[in-house]
Amino acid sequence: MSVSSPGSGQPFPNNWRKPPFIKNPLLRWSIIIGAAIYLALAFGTMDVNWQRAAEGLPRGQRFLAAFFPPNFSDNLGVMWDGIFESIWMAIISTIAGIALSIPIGLGAAKNLAPKWVYLLNRGIIGGSRTFPEVILAIFAVKLFGFGPFAGFVALSIGTIGFYAKLLAEDIENMSATQAEAIKATGASWFQWINYAIQPQVMPRMIGLSVYRLDINFRESAVVGIVGGGGIGATLNTAFERYEFDTAAAILLIIIAIVMALEYTSGFLRKYVQ
Amino acid sequence: MPRLETDSGPVWKRRTTSKQWAIWFGWLVGLAIAAYAWQGISEKTIWFFVQDAPRQAADIGGRMIPPKLSYMSRLWAPIWDTLNIATLGTVIALIIAVPVAFAAARNTTPHPIVRTIAIFIIVSSRSVNSLIWALMLVFIFGPGVLAGTIAIGLRSVGFCAKLLYEGIEEIDHNQVEAIEATGASGAQKMAYGIVPQVLPTFAGIGVFRWDINIRESTILGLVGAGGIGLELNGSINTLAWTQVSMILLVILVTVIVSEWVSAKVRGAII
Repeated sequence: MSVSSPGSGQPFPNNWRKPPFIKNPLLRWSIIIGAAIYLALAFGTMDVNWQRAAEGLPRGQRFLAAFFPPNFSDNLGVMWDGIFESIWMAIISTIAGIALSIPIGLGAAKNLAPKWVYLLNRGIIGGSRTFPEVILAIFAVKLFGFGPFAGFVALSIGTIGFYAKLLAEDIENMSATQAEAIKATGASWFQWINYAIQPQVMPRMIGLSVYRLDINFRESAVVGIVGGGGIGATLNTAFERYEFDTAAAILLIIIAIVMALEYTSGFLRKYVQ
Repeated sequence: MPRLETDSGPVWKRRTTSKQWAIWFGWLVGLAIAAYAWQGISEKTIWFFVQDAPRQAADIGGRMIPPKLSYMSRLWAPIWDTLNIATLGTVIALIIAVPVAFAAARNTTPHPIVRTIAIFIIVSSRSVNSLIWALMLVFIFGPGVLAGTIAIGLRSVGFCAKLLYEGIEEIDHNQVEAIEATGASGAQKMAYGIVPQVLPTFAGIGVFRWDINIRESTILGLVGAGGIGLELNGSINTLAWTQVSMILLVILVTVIVSEWVSAKVRGAII
């Protein structure tokens, strides 16, 4: 935008327009056109039975009506069992997952590990990140049988992909001068890890472990659907028996616990950092 | 740093004695909780199955090799469905998330009560997993892609709105004030003062969530909500392990590609 000096006779430019978000016009238009073609294709091939969906709306209304009022009393014992199982599962799988993540995370940090260790550990992280906890849980159920142990294994493996990756990234981003200072004192490898690296990554890692506990609790509600125990199994049973009022109560309890956990983890993370 | 006087001169410690005790006590409580939790799980576990697991793993692993490559011809359609579920779900989520985020951000919310409602929408959408959303929506819309798309959309609203409203709260207020000083109306302030500042955040969030949604939409088929999960469920139920390994390979490749795309796009935006 050029501004003319007053009195130069030129009119003041008043044709300013907001610059577009993507500056390159070719890129901008190809993204817009590409998106339009994609949407057309996607809607064209989406095999949606609109009649069925329209029929479903009144059914949905009845379905939602069946949720109210939530029934907390009839299956209270089963619900508490499921919730405690989920909480135990979340706690244990977070601990086990983090314990496994520490060596893997150390190995996956570029500035710590030799090339082949780095690649191996990155491979492990990538593998566990790719598959959602539910797929891991399906296989865990096949191997360990129904129940919370399968869920525990699935969530622990899921934790590795999350925690080890962030730990490795944190180690890669740490200040190298402190690590060098400790090394210059003649520290052994373990002393070096303990005094140079651990104090630098600790605050963030404590926060992340609480966050992961939160995620694991949430995921424990779904691994139950494929047989991994916990509140998800209770919820699935409630759905299958068409006891929607109980299902509503379970969902409300899950939401309440997640809210509480989120609040606590936010508070704790603020306190640690 | 506390200094203790001993017979052989002063000694420096990292922590005071009481602080050290407090930390030990914390560890003790933590260990007790962990032991109790472990006991809760272990009494519901049939240990015979767990001991048998390595043999089972070797058995299933053996049956999964080699992946049935010819099965690929039947997987293209489910992959396309999975991509559509993730992409359209993200689009739905972003459309709903924008007003929710503006209602939830402290500096743009019309009223504190509206803010509370918006926060409640965010939290409840985030706490209910997409698989549970899908489970409910399959009851309403019948099995298929539509239920999956809406499930992904509803699940992502909370995530997108949360990150977006945090972005809105962090904007530079001087710019908004400058626009206001020109006599701009509320809508103009929004369009020229706030939106340009959060647009990169918005695009970044969209791509980030899309990447997560690809991963989540691979499992929705387990409850009948379309996509590649349907094939996976069918193959597992019919014990067609070579098909299962082929599907897992396809999921692996899809996720890696989507992660790469998302990283590239986010790198270009930010």
